[in-house]
Amino acid sequence: MFAAFLQYLFAGLTSGAIYALAGLGFAIIFNASHVINFAQGEFIMIGGMATTALVAAGTPLPLAIVLAILITMAVGMALEKFAVEPARGADVTAIIIITIGASIFLRGAAQVVWDKEFHSLPAFSGETPLDVAGATLTPQSLWVVGVSVAMIVLLWWFFNRTLFGKAMLATSYNRLAAQLAGVAVKKVLLASFALSAMLGAVGGIVMTPITFTNYEVGIMLGLKGFSAAVLGGLGNGMGAIVGGLIVGIAEALAAGYLSSAYKDAIAFVIILLVLFFMPNGLFGKRGSERV
Amino acid sequence: MLLEISALTCHYGRIQALDGIEVAIAEGELVALVGANGAGKTTLLRCLSGVQPASAGTIRFDGRDITRLAPEERVALGIAQVPEGRQVWGPLTVEDNLRLGAYRRRGADVAADHARMVAMFPILETKWTQPAGTLSGGQQQMLAIARALMAHPRLLLLDEPSMGLAPLLVAEIFRTVEALKAGGTTVFLVEQNATAALAIADRGYVLETGRVVITDDGRALLADERVKEAYLGL
Repeated sequence: MFAAFLQYLFAGLTSGAIYALAGLGFAIIFNASHVINFAQGEFIMIGGMATTALVAAGTPLPLAIVLAILITMAVGMALEKFAVEPARGADVTAIIIITIGASIFLRGAAQVVWDKEFHSLPAFSGETPLDVAGATLTPQSLWVVGVSVAMIVLLWWFFNRTLFGKAMLATSYNRLAAQLAGVAVKKVLLASFALSAMLGAVGGIVMTPITFTNYEVGIMLGLKGFSAAVLGGLGNGMGAIVGGLIVGIAEALAAGYLSSAYKDAIAFVIILLVLFFMPNGLFGKRGSERV
Repeated sequence: MLLEISALTCHYGRIQALDGIEVAIAEGELVALVGANGAGKTTLLRCLSGVQPASAGTIRFDGRDITRLAPEERVALGIAQVPEGRQVWGPLTVEDNLRLGAYRRRGADVAADHARMVAMFPILETKWTQPAGTLSGGQQQMLAIARALMAHPRLLLLDEPSMGLAPLLVAEIFRTVEALKAGGTTVFLVEQNATAALAIADRGYVLETGRVVITDDGRALLADERVKEAYLGL
C-alpha cells in the first residue's frame, strides 16, 4: 500500500520538477513583459531533441547537453528579437497569439530539421534502480530532481545577488522606474527569453532518458507548465515551483489510483478549479494594488 | 547651455501634448516648470528622459543632440529623473533601490554614495533592509530623490516632488532641492505648488496646453499678474 503510494509520489515529483522549471520559465517572461509565452513547451522539446540528435551524431553527452542548451537559448532570443520585439507596443493578447504561432512554427521546424520519431538518451548514471521502502527509484529521477533544485538555487542567486538580476526584478515591479534608472529594458526582455529557454532546455534534457522526446512533447509539457504557473499565481517564482509539484503529484496519484487515462486531464481540472475559486492562484497578489 | 530644447513637439497617438517647446537651462541653474494639470509638464520630462518619443524638434544636452537616444543612454550621460508618484520598487529593499540608482555607473564607489545619501536622508538608514513599499509617502519621496542622485546626475528632473505630502514634509523636500542646487546640481523642477517652486527657482516657465506661454525670473513670475491669477490662486 505504502510502497505503491511512494512509487506514485516519486513519479509525481519527477514530472513535477519538470513542470516547475517550465512554470518558472512562464513566470520569468511574464514578469519581464506581461506576455504568456506559449512557446515555452517548445524550449523543452528543442532541448531534448537537440541533445538526442547531437549524441546520435557522435557528440559526447556532456558536450551535447551544453550545445543543446545554447541552441535553445539562441532560439529563445531569436523568438524575442524577431517575433516579440517587432510587435512591441501591440496589445499583450496579440503578442501572446504571436507566441502560439511561434510554437507551431517551432514544432514544424523540428519535424524538418530532425524527424517525427521518438528519441531517447542513455540514463546519465546507469539504470540500476534504488529500492526505497519497497518502491523503486531510478537514478535518472534523482538527476531530474537534483538538477531542478540546482536550477532553482541558481535562479535565486541570479535574482537576489547579481545587479542584472535585480535590475530584471526592478523592471518587473516598475518598468518606468527601471528605465529612468538606466536599465535597458530591451536587454531585460531578451535575457528573460534566454533564461526561460535555458530552464526549458534543461528540463527537456534531463527528462528525455525517462519519458523520451519527440517534436510534439512541448504541447502537453508547455500546458502543464502553464497550469503550474497559474496555480501558483502567475509571475510568482515560488508559486510556479509549488504549482509544478502539485500538478505533477496530483496527476501521478490520479494515474495510479484512478486510471492513467485521466492523467493529463488532472492538470486542467486543477487549473479550472483555481480559476474559479482563487483567480490569483495560491501565492498570487490580489488584483488591485495600492497606489 | 546644459540643456537646450527647441521646437519640441510630442504626440500621444493623435493628440498633441507638446507644441513647439523652447526651454534652455544653464549649468547650475534651478529652473521651475509650472502649469495646470494636463498642461504637458510630465510629458515634457518624459521626452527629456526618452521614455516618450518626440514627434519633432530637438533636445540638446551639453551640446549633443540626444533627441533619439534611448533612455538608458541619457541616464549614462547624466540625466536622472524622479518620476511623479515616486515609483520606488516596493518589494525591493531601500538598499537595493539605491544600488539600482547607480546601475549605469559600472565599478562605481557605491558604498561612498550610500553614505552620502544616508547623511542627506538619515531616515533611510533606519529602513535600510526594509522593502521600499513599507515606507511612508514622504520617506518614499526621499528614497526616490536619493535613488536618482545615485546616478550622479548633471541634470536632475523632479516631477511633482511635493505631491501628496504633508506641509512639513513639503518644506523639507523644497529645502532638499535648494541644497542640491547649492551643491552644484542643475535642477529642472516640475510643480503644481507653483508658489513654492517659483520662490526657490532662478527662472521659471509657465506651460499651458503644451505651449510655453510665459518665461521669466522666478521672483518676477511670482509677481506677474497673469501667473498670480491663473496658477497661484491669488
